[in-house]
Amino acid sequence: MEHQTALKGLVSTDRQHDSAIKHVTGRAEYCDDIAEPVGTMHAYLGTSTVAHGRILSMDLSAVAAAPGVIGILTAEDIPGHNDVSPTGKNDEPVFPTEKVEFHGHPIFAVVADSRDAARRAAELAKVEYEELPLALDPLAARAAGGALVTDPLKLERGEVAPAMAEAPHRITGRMEIGGQDHMYLEGHIAFAVPGEDDDVVVTSSTQHPSEAQHMVAHVLGVPSNAVTINVRRMGGGFGGKESQMNLFCAVAALAAKKWNRPCKIRPDRDQDMTATGKRHDFVVDYDVGFDDQGKITAVDGVFAARCGYTSDLSGPVTDRALFHADNAYFYPNVRLKSEPLKTNTVSNTAFRGFGGPQGVVAAERMIEEIAYKLGKDPLEVRKANFYGDETDGRNLTPYHQTVEDNIIHRVVEELEENADYQARRQAVLEHNAKGGVIRKGIALTPVKFGISFTATWYNQAGSLIHIYNDGSIHLNHGGTEMGQGLNTKIAQIVADAFQVDFDRVKITKTTTEKVPNTSATAASSGSDLNGMAALDGAEQIKARLVAFAAESRGVPEDQVKFLPNTVQIGEEMVPFNTLVKEAYMARVHLSAAGFYKTPKIHWDRAAGKGRPFFYYAYGASCSEVSIDTLTGEYTVDRTDILHDVGRSLNPILDKGQVEGAFVQGMGWLTTEELWWDDAGRLRTHAPSTYKIPLASDRPREFNVELAEWSVNKERTIKRSKAVGEPPFMLGISVFEALSMAVASVNNYRECPRLDAPATPERVLMACERLKAGG
Amino acid sequence: MNLRSDIRFLLNGRPVTVPSVTASQTLLDFLRIDQRLTGTKEGCAEGDCGACTVLVGRLNDGGLKYEAVNACIRFLASLDGCHVVTIEHIRGADGGLHPVQQAMVEFHGAQCGFCTPGIVMSLYALWMEQPEPTPAQVEVALQGNLCRCTGYEPIIKAAVAVSQYGTPSADYLNETRTGIVAQLQDLQDGARVVTGPADNQAIVPADLDDFATVLVENPKATIVAGATDVGLWVTKFLRPISPAIHINQIDALKQIEMTEEGITLGAGVSYSDFLPMVKAHFPFLLEYWNRIAGWQVRNMGTVGGNIANGSPIGDTPPVLIALGATVTLRRGADRRTVPLEDYFIDYGKQDLGEGEFLESVQIPLPGKSQINAAYKISKRRDEDISAVAVGISVTVEGGQISAARIAFGGMAATPKRAAAAEAALVGQPFAEASFDAAAKAVGADFAPLTDWRASSDYRMLSAQNLLRRFFLEHDEATDQPVRLTA
Repeated sequence: MEHQTALKGLVSTDRQHDSAIKHVTGRAEYCDDIAEPVGTMHAYLGTSTVAHGRILSMDLSAVAAAPGVIGILTAEDIPGHNDVSPTGKNDEPVFPTEKVEFHGHPIFAVVADSRDAARRAAELAKVEYEELPLALDPLAARAAGGALVTDPLKLERGEVAPAMAEAPHRITGRMEIGGQDHMYLEGHIAFAVPGEDDDVVVTSSTQHPSEAQHMVAHVLGVPSNAVTINVRRMGGGFGGKESQMNLFCAVAALAAKKWNRPCKIRPDRDQDMTATGKRHDFVVDYDVGFDDQGKITAVDGVFAARCGYTSDLSGPVTDRALFHADNAYFYPNVRLKSEPLKTNTVSNTAFRGFGGPQGVVAAERMIEEIAYKLGKDPLEVRKANFYGDETDGRNLTPYHQTVEDNIIHRVVEELEENADYQARRQAVLEHNAKGGVIRKGIALTPVKFGISFTATWYNQAGSLIHIYNDGSIHLNHGGTEMGQGLNTKIAQIVADAFQVDFDRVKITKTTTEKVPNTSATAASSGSDLNGMAALDGAEQIKARLVAFAAESRGVPEDQVKFLPNTVQIGEEMVPFNTLVKEAYMARVHLSAAGFYKTPKIHWDRAAGKGRPFFYYAYGASCSEVSIDTLTGEYTVDRTDILHDVGRSLNPILDKGQVEGAFVQGMGWLTTEELWWDDAGRLRTHAPSTYKIPLASDRPREFNVELAEWSVNKERTIKRSKAVGEPPFMLGISVFEALSMAVASVNNYRECPRLDAPATPERVLMACERLKAGG
Repeated sequence: MNLRSDIRFLLNGRPVTVPSVTASQTLLDFLRIDQRLTGTKEGCAEGDCGACTVLVGRLNDGGLKYEAVNACIRFLASLDGCHVVTIEHIRGADGGLHPVQQAMVEFHGAQCGFCTPGIVMSLYALWMEQPEPTPAQVEVALQGNLCRCTGYEPIIKAAVAVSQYGTPSADYLNETRTGIVAQLQDLQDGARVVTGPADNQAIVPADLDDFATVLVENPKATIVAGATDVGLWVTKFLRPISPAIHINQIDALKQIEMTEEGITLGAGVSYSDFLPMVKAHFPFLLEYWNRIAGWQVRNMGTVGGNIANGSPIGDTPPVLIALGATVTLRRGADRRTVPLEDYFIDYGKQDLGEGEFLESVQIPLPGKSQINAAYKISKRRDEDISAVAVGISVTVEGGQISAARIAFGGMAATPKRAAAAEAALVGQPFAEASFDAAAKAVGADFAPLTDWRASSDYRMLSAQNLLRRFFLEHDEATDQPVRLTA
């Protein structure tokens, strides 16, 4: 049976990223690397210089007269609809005509023969505004009347008011949670080439080609079948290229059609960061009742979000914050409300976790409050509140979904053991008891994350698979590759289905021409949805091959077996290539469109009830930190992680996702600070001022394990679980450990109520506050 | 003297002549747009992400030194006589993957891959200097490279394992070294280069005296040394810099001289060039030095430029003022020397006349009874601009403080001495109470700003606490660490 182990790159093996060699040699082609046809034009956005104002006049004559300029695009040049709002609310114009609503709001585009010329020309606009009052953050927006960008959500279960009244202990508090810029290394970009009739082909770096297609068609006023969007790979996405690329695709396509020449648009980093959305900042007001053991009896929370000037994806983002405000904890009585506030800032958008992390971090704050109040180890309070199962009835979420796959107890207990948490916590307490400048903290935090788009119809996917008559396989699916290794995993699934070597499967660019009506590659769903769709396509072709093989050799179908690169038909061993060639000659259809939709899920938003998630992914991390109580500086001394990806499709790629998500989550809660000045100008708008983690910021010791024993209870692709977002929240252990180190300056008598991000400044100021108040 | 108007250098081993180069033309745009060498990426165009990292080889005391630099803010005209090496040029001994590339594949060091060519180039530069680096050395080499996907762990693992896949002696760039040196020597024709159109002109002086002459002739010119600041004027602010005078290739400005009194460094000495002197003579400064920007910027940026541009948040002035450094300013053949603290007059205003330039910096060697320190506070430990920086030099004789020089950056419109804090220390015992008094006095010395790097309150409190740290760190009674180390 030696041939059975000879296959290269099958499912569940550590197959390297399919583009690994291209990445390290610089030969992986990103959108900006594509050779430009003769006549390619370059567009650049002109943006507002006030955060909220009525446009009184717009003089673009100097822009038009600048060297190299071909022309200008304003709202008047839009033949279709002046709108790129992703949820159909018609609240996000390509270019506004009456009012600008944030500092850096794009109001026109200039098109020139070089990017440099377009960039310089865009600076020359003379626009007069009547400035209007500003509300830049959630509290200011609430104070100014609380205008919302979309309908709020309320989740409610049990009787909150009486439970609160009867609670032995009750704490109310507020937590401010900062946003986060995606800081994908490759910024936004779109490159449009006009075709005949209404046609236009746009190559871009978007996570959502189908939406970009529909938006371009909507703006051009043409049917979707005239527009093709292509994406080979992105230089990072993280949610920032889900809806935010619509504007760039629309502008490039508008210019390409207007002048009948190719047009590329690529903002510089500053414009990328000021003109496109980020993770939502939240202000959370919580009221939690609990007993002497630290068991929560009731939770009442209001989640106010800085949504920016349009709805964009703020509805589902703030919904997901509520869906995760329980993290892994059972709330017997609960009421959660979202407040998606309109602010005069860039419209916030999707970012890995999609509101979930803000919900989870608020849940962990409540745990801390309880622990400090009762003088307990926060981990003990966490364990006391974990979801249970049908035997104890502690398994119902605030949105009335029953948690059926709970493994958080085992994950946390194993990590507690492997990380030697108890002994190390004791050592930390002893260290801090000595006093001194350097204090330590340790925290072990869990995560439970719901998998599925809460917009139920998004939970569908398609694939297109061809086998050519030489036996080579062409694979296409609706997902997009942004570094996560999606294409690698899907190719492994297809190779496994046909029992052929990985290299026989050609991975091709995502294009709306091959698979229509796709969902964004988002919500961690890429391999769950597209993997199943690809498997469906492969199984269709396999079934035809089996039928042909059985008929051609006169054996029953159950005697046809796919062995490595070979098909056994009865007693005969036929090379895969040979069978394919024979099938072709016998006129067997060797192409299939696969399809998948997630079963079981449903969601009634008005009622706040349903099963929005197919399953949950779990994980836990334990971090130890040191802080300098003179300056607030800190280091992460050690992190241990145990994370659940079900039965992994590719353990090494999954581990890479876990490590990367952890560091990104840590960055969100530590050094990544978005800072707007009083005029509404974002002043941290490039890596010089906005500080994501560096190699030297990662934990000094970093142990990451997958929960190898975990198998998805639901019938997902090979019983795997989604991995993109859930580990992002593992970074919360660093935040909680910092909080403990701060608490030590007051001998843990008070919850430090550290807001996020915990910059060195926030850490020092919290120490000072505790010292003064203690 | 010869005059020419083209820029000549080697690109991936091939001679390149660019007939006309504008002042604002960057190496990155030249590579990506003109040469279609698209492996080098633009991530930020401000020298902070490292996606554009390439190697620049330059002749150095007869040898050839390759350094990792940011192509995005490196001006094309500044490359005259250099060898530019991009990702497209690196390869293994058999023409396949280079050992650095092989390690990155084996350890899964790339996810989206966009930062990867830049990371490969930084690791390549490290490997040539340090074939078996420690993780700490890798972290220093990668301070100027951002990765948003991996969390860096697999990249560090790859970097420490590179030598499993090959040795630098068998490396392609080492094997071609002799030939490249010869070609670069041929390019050194002693000419002054004046290139580009009149309104966007770049000048590369033939030598130091020629620079002095050119500057007198063009007193409004922009002097460009490492371009780590001026580069951003162009790439971010679209500011005209014409005529730009490039001085990074002037050997006389790269000299470091040691005398009994101290060290004199030419204005063209980069942070990396000065590192051996830091190690040898200012060991207290080593950790601080490695926190100035990232490696690529330290390879390009100069101490002289850090001073000359007059920034209130430059990393080197506070400690240099504390050490009593002076600067020599030159106009034509005339020179004058002023204490560094007097060079800074006000925000954006320095003691520098028309046609005058900063030629050298003199740093006295610390005396035996002098205790010195330099500290920096920033949101992120590495590759971040200071919220507060301080240089402290205190002379202690018989337990008494006989002299104190304390200078802060980030606390005022210029790097500035803390006069009241110094006065509070002099004549006092080296004791906690003295430093508490000095810390309080800092409140009288400064009224710092609030901005995106820090609030006024945090700047003040951390500045005061840095004096407390200084005491604790140098007090014999201290038995626990009083600050975090890398």
